[in-house]
Amino acid sequence: MDQIAGKSLTELKRLLDRGEVSALEIIKAFKEQYESDRKKPAPLNGYIEFFNDAEELAVKADEARKAGTSGILEGLPIAVKDNILISSRKATCGSAILQGFTSPYSSTVVERLMNEGIIPVGRTNMDEFAMGSTCEYSVYGPSKNPANREYVTGGSSGGSAAVVASGQAPCALGSETGGSVRLPASFCGTYGFKPTYGSLSRYGLVAFGSSMDQIGVISGDPDDIALVISVASGFDSNDLTSEDVDFSALFPLKRMRLKGKKIAIPEELSGEGIDKEVGIVLERFASWLRSEGACPETVSMPLLKTTVAMYYIIAPAEASSNLARYDGVRYGLRDITGNNLEDLYVRTRTEGFGDEVKRRIFLGNYVLSAGYYDAYYKKAMQVRYLLKKELNRVLKEYEYILSPTSPVPPFKLGTKIDNPLSMYLTDICTIFANLALLPAVSIPAGTTSKGLPVGMQLTGRMFDEKGILRAAKTWFLKESRGEV
Amino acid sequence: MKYEVVIGCEVHVQLLTKTKAFCSCENRFGGIPNTRVCPVCLGLPGALPVVNQKMIEDAVLAGLALNCKVAAVTRFDRKNYMYPDLPKGYQISQYDMPVCTGGKLDIETEGGKKSIRIIRLHMEEDAGKNLHLEDGSGLSYVDFNRCGTPLLEIVSEPDMRSPLEAVSYVQGIREIMKYLGISDCNMEEGSLRCDANINLWIYEDDKRYETPISEVKNMNSFKAMRNALKYEIKRQLAEWQEKHLSLMNTGKVTRGYNDKTGETVVQREKEEEADYRYFPEPDLKPIVITKNLVAETGRRVGELPAAKRKRFVSQYGLRKGSASVLAASKALSDYFEAAAKGYGEPVKIASWIITEVGGYLNTEGLTIEEFSLPPENITRLMEIVDSGIISSKIAKKVFARMAGSGESPDTIVKKLKLNQITDRDKLEEFVAVVMKENPQSVADFRKGKDHAIKFLMGRIMMLSKGRANPQVSAAILKEKLNNG
Repeated sequence: MDQIAGKSLTELKRLLDRGEVSALEIIKAFKEQYESDRKKPAPLNGYIEFFNDAEELAVKADEARKAGTSGILEGLPIAVKDNILISSRKATCGSAILQGFTSPYSSTVVERLMNEGIIPVGRTNMDEFAMGSTCEYSVYGPSKNPANREYVTGGSSGGSAAVVASGQAPCALGSETGGSVRLPASFCGTYGFKPTYGSLSRYGLVAFGSSMDQIGVISGDPDDIALVISVASGFDSNDLTSEDVDFSALFPLKRMRLKGKKIAIPEELSGEGIDKEVGIVLERFASWLRSEGACPETVSMPLLKTTVAMYYIIAPAEASSNLARYDGVRYGLRDITGNNLEDLYVRTRTEGFGDEVKRRIFLGNYVLSAGYYDAYYKKAMQVRYLLKKELNRVLKEYEYILSPTSPVPPFKLGTKIDNPLSMYLTDICTIFANLALLPAVSIPAGTTSKGLPVGMQLTGRMFDEKGILRAAKTWFLKESRGEV
Repeated sequence: MKYEVVIGCEVHVQLLTKTKAFCSCENRFGGIPNTRVCPVCLGLPGALPVVNQKMIEDAVLAGLALNCKVAAVTRFDRKNYMYPDLPKGYQISQYDMPVCTGGKLDIETEGGKKSIRIIRLHMEEDAGKNLHLEDGSGLSYVDFNRCGTPLLEIVSEPDMRSPLEAVSYVQGIREIMKYLGISDCNMEEGSLRCDANINLWIYEDDKRYETPISEVKNMNSFKAMRNALKYEIKRQLAEWQEKHLSLMNTGKVTRGYNDKTGETVVQREKEEEADYRYFPEPDLKPIVITKNLVAETGRRVGELPAAKRKRFVSQYGLRKGSASVLAASKALSDYFEAAAKGYGEPVKIASWIITEVGGYLNTEGLTIEEFSLPPENITRLMEIVDSGIISSKIAKKVFARMAGSGESPDTIVKKLKLNQITDRDKLEEFVAVVMKENPQSVADFRKGKDHAIKFLMGRIMMLSKGRANPQVSAAILKEKLNNG
């Protein structure tokens, strides 16, 4: 038997279905991988918690398989970002303010996966409340890039990308508001997928920017993503923004004939402002597409230059409201050393929130304030509407939009943490998909001269998860055979 | 000094929907604290609101009854403020796209009918309740049972010119909401709450001065409302004479009414007024209200209590008092009209329904909606009394039985043999008449022809239309024959 840790969810499922391996063996292998890493001088710090009872659950899964009562994901492990709720488990969103909070309910996505027998093995590290692009703004300290531990994983789902890239989990759930799945996937060299807004229920995903939040999937194999989406997607009566989509036939992915497909490469995300080495990977990816018969073309979409500005109005506005509930009254951190209600609020929130979260709460409250609402929030929403129209127009003519996932390759820990603006600009390539609700996937497409991963991003039409995942699968097959 | 009183009202009405506004928790007053709660109404991380359709229907119904325009598209917004009884840190309410706008309500004043304009009617959720211990511990608790109860907020123009008019207006709202069955409008339990904005227009030196507006809260009965507003007029007059402050230099002040002292006290000055940072609720899509729903709901509104009251007086000749009682509830008025149909004396039916039916419902703790006795049975009972078959005293007995069993009055009369004449004097009369009219048969009997008694009995039954009690009649007849 080959080594288990490092295999994809799909491969493990095949082995389990054939009875060549047990769920217990699988969980043990990943746990061992995690524990051996913890003993290293600079652990990756991908997991905040590896669940103690994961092996017990594996034994039960093996019994269910024997009894013939197993679900289609029975006994398969998955890592879960610390902002996606699992009943009776802690959830802290990487924040001090949620210390001590145990969720009394499961998110719909986790519940649907668990109904098919999946075993959540642990909670992964993240930027506090998913606000950050490096996974450095976590109360548990930064996660580290498995490709080079001096480098950031990208964020905010940095822990999820790190555990997948290092073989501590075959697959992980992350969440996106502005690229938080795709960016760390790109930095760590894995696939990272954000579904169309509404494909997955947000019920039980701790809210950051509600109009953009979406659970995403990170794995080394596009088929894993398809498998998870096929089980977890579809309308949820607990989330009225979820859509009645049917992706049950998404898995297994067929490869895509790219011949004749028109692909738009936005000028604004491919020329100026894009790191040279990232540009080289983009060129290489584009020529691969050409070799498959596709037709990548450069197009201009000037509104793409405004996405960061828009995003940093809309997301903080929604966040300022979404985070008002952390007040020390009902759960989580509670500082009662003061004399009155205001002291309770101020002290709890001052201690409980980190700098970046506070920054965004201030920003959000400011742009929603009387007298500023029209100039900021309202205007941003108007431009967002125009952006959606523009992107949908381009996507009528073109099948996909191709761009790098990040304008820059992974950078060293600590280099941007004190420069929020430069940090925000890391999201310039990913944000538009969130603003326009589109599905997008980051594909590990190459490395820099230093061997750091670089991801390319395909964005598709609304609810065309199938198209971009099949395109990703085509790359995956060619790449794993060394044909690119 | 010449002055005018100016009052506008904001009325909050709790709806009687089975479940809360945005979750499936039971919507009911009271209960053991924090037992009617769930992740949604507790504002737990990750929870999302789901709109109660019944709330929307009720809002449309109330709006149409108040002559409002119903919006084709309506939307929820977040009203952001922090308070312990508001678990999310924002209230889901409506801001610039309320469900209904531009209505009116007619009230009776000393000077005749007057129309009070209604600016808007919108939906929102109620907060929980803070409970402050009065044991010197300084501790406060929060009960979230009420949290998420659906509310309608109805905002009037400042069209009322006296406390009496304001009370009439709120009474009018209450009457309609109760009539429509969407709220019980219990001011003491807080299912109807009114805040009044009041100031004075003072005419001096040919100019009009406006005193600062007070928003008066905490008026828990109509009496309290009248007293609070009377007190405010006195207070504002005194303040004007002393300080000559006008609306221009101070703005609006929130004052709370204290029922014990009969005074209002400052709760919040204008500078402390919150900026609610309204923005569209991203967790809920805008709601389309179809023409169909509006038309259907419009048919449900029908004739309202005020018009009904008038009609009952003119059409049926009821007294004002009876008309008011019957017209206050749609079910009750429908019941009355069904019973009165095809019966010559509606006043009698009305009094029967008010005293007998009303009394029965009271003792049994039922509502008229739960009362299963068909109104036609009341009509029939009246007819039986009218035909002299039973007395009205006996009729009450019949009613008690038929209200419980649902049997028809005829069946009960027959079963209980209430229609038989057992009164000895009456029966003796029949016997005397029959003996007098049939001397031959009397003679035959006395000659020993026993069968003659059968013939005489048959005549008695004929004469009494079958109602004479046969046993008693036969005994009397034998007695008279033998004694003859």
